Amino acid sequence: MADIQVDRDVLSALHEVMEDNYPELLDTFLTDSETRLRELQKTADAEVLAYVAHSFKGSSSNMGATRLAELCHELELHARDKSPSEIIKLVADIHDEFADVRPVYEAERQRSLTH
Amino acid sequence: MQPQEPLTILIAEDSAADRLLLSTIVRRQGHAVLTAANGAEAVEVFRRQQPHLVLMDAMMPVMDGFEAARQIKVLAGESLVPIIFLTSLTESEALARCLDAGGDDFLAKPYNQVILAAKIKAMDRLRRLQATVLQQRDLIAKHHDYLLNEQRVAKAVFDKVAHSGCLSAPNIRYLQSPYALFNGDLLLAAYTPAGDMHVLLGDFTGHGLPAAVGAMPLAEVFYGMTAKGYGLAETLREMNAKLKRILPVDMFCCATLLSLSFQRRSVEVWNGGMPDGYLHRIATGERTPLAARHLPLGVLSPQAFNDRTEVHSMAVGDRVFLLSDGVIDTCNAEEQLFGVERLQRLFAANREPDRLFTEIEQALHDFGGEARDDVSMVEVSLLEAAQVNPTAPVYSDSGQSSPLDWSVSFEFRGATLKRFNPLPYLLQLLLEVHGLRSQGGALYSVLAELYSNALEHGVLGLDSSLKRDAVGFARYYEQRNARLEALQDGYVRVHLRVTPQGEGGCLAIRVEDSGKGFDVARVMQRPLDDVRLSGRGVSLVRQLGRNAGWSDDGRSAHVEFIWDALA
Repeated sequence: MADIQVDRDVLSALHEVMEDNYPELLDTFLTDSETRLRELQKTADAEVLAYVAHSFKGSSSNMGATRLAELCHELELHARDKSPSEIIKLVADIHDEFADVRPVYEAERQRSLTH
Repeated sequence: MQPQEPLTILIAEDSAADRLLLSTIVRRQGHAVLTAANGAEAVEVFRRQQPHLVLMDAMMPVMDGFEAARQIKVLAGESLVPIIFLTSLTESEALARCLDAGGDDFLAKPYNQVILAAKIKAMDRLRRLQATVLQQRDLIAKHHDYLLNEQRVAKAVFDKVAHSGCLSAPNIRYLQSPYALFNGDLLLAAYTPAGDMHVLLGDFTGHGLPAAVGAMPLAEVFYGMTAKGYGLAETLREMNAKLKRILPVDMFCCATLLSLSFQRRSVEVWNGGMPDGYLHRIATGERTPLAARHLPLGVLSPQAFNDRTEVHSMAVGDRVFLLSDGVIDTCNAEEQLFGVERLQRLFAANREPDRLFTEIEQALHDFGGEARDDVSMVEVSLLEAAQVNPTAPVYSDSGQSSPLDWSVSFEFRGATLKRFNPLPYLLQLLLEVHGLRSQGGALYSVLAELYSNALEHGVLGLDSSLKRDAVGFARYYEQRNARLEALQDGYVRVHLRVTPQGEGGCLAIRVEDSGKGFDVARVMQRPLDDVRLSGRGVSLVRQLGRNAGWSDDGRSAHVEFIWDALA
């Protein structure tokens, strides 16, 4: 399941680019994502939702979180036209997806630190 | 492939993970990295550190990437600071906004290292190209300024040379485009010691400074010889020889030279390669063309050079009009030439002679749309001799060595009479006598008159009555040229005697010739104010000199000049 959600090729490319800074990148991504999630859960403002989703989408795609990026993209596109309940549902999906992939990044971080 | 020189690259990105990732990628490609987390920071970092290139996220808090890009482009001024927008924007409208804000390219997320490297390299090439263009533009501008300054200085020098003459005389009107000289046009005018006026309109081949340099020696010869009293023929020979000697073969000077005599009421013309000038007779409205009969100055060797001039009678108010080929060679958009016919139609349509230049200028403008830089026109009118006030030459010697008691005699024979003009020498000799300097003009006029009478009527046997009308006038000078060419024998003798008289002195001049003489009594009966063309010589001598008289059946003329104590 996690392998479809996270593109392993992207991770190995990132590792190669970042070298020693790879764990720092993973950390930054996780911290950053938590901040984004809190921002999404806290607001009903369509503009803020679209902006945060856009930014979250960008970093997710860079980090190989393919499905998370897709969900963020959907929220970015429809923040202005979906009903509040649909928005709440979508934010919850993003939350769940992040919860799903988070262990992958943590494991990756652990692995790179021990090697 | 050439390794890329390291650049300083500003990364403006609000997402910390993306910023870290991108910084690492860019740094690994060998560049120095500056970072900013929003647009306002990006502008501030740019202002402080002036990076070469900017990677800019479009959507950022505080100030978005679009506004930051706009401000950075303003700060960058003329130099190109490429801005690559980092975006996962997909709508074309948003992409268009990036370009509107001054973005030069896009980079989509997720980042691809290879594409990023390629884009940085491409943008760097553009940046360098722009820098080179600016550098070359500045260099060209600098050279241009330098050149203009050189031209200004040269023009100031040339203007001094060209305007040391009498172009401001009341009977001269001229029009020259400001930098005409740098297209080889040259206009000079100066008085002879006798108060005649010499005018030269010249046109050197070529353009720019090379065309203008020949003006200096030409002007020097013109002014120097005119001031000493040389005639057109000697001046022309000297100018031709000088230009021939110093100019490269493909450079020469088309020129028209005029000698306007207010006393004789005539104009002597030599035209080498210039467009027709025109003698406008006000009484009849007729315009006699003064056509080119010779090759330009500086083409022929001194031996082959032809200094033959034409002489035309003039009446007071008549005008001589000269122009450079810039006038008739002005082209319109269809590459047609303005041409002589259009000029002549303007002449015909002209009602007020003083407006002729303006009308020609207007017509050239209407025809060609833009003014050429080598348009020169000059018009010289004949005044009453009394209205002409040539400025007296300034002498710098003290006068202590002025010779006051001497006499000298010359005899000029056949071959010498053909080509040599002794008058400048005689005048120079006489002007060593200080008391004569204030009457230099009259002295020269009288000497010139006596000498030419002795030569033309005496030695050459020409009939002065030929000169009673314009046609006869021209024929007279043709005959003069022909007879002079064929001259074998004969002489003109000039005797000068200077004697002190009290505090002043007296110059006695006697001129004798080998001719047949004339009926002195009949000529002397004519009234002094006779202004007929044929009668002016004798009358002039009698008016300007003292005790004028003729003896030996007219073969010997004498006249005196006296002066009082010098102040």
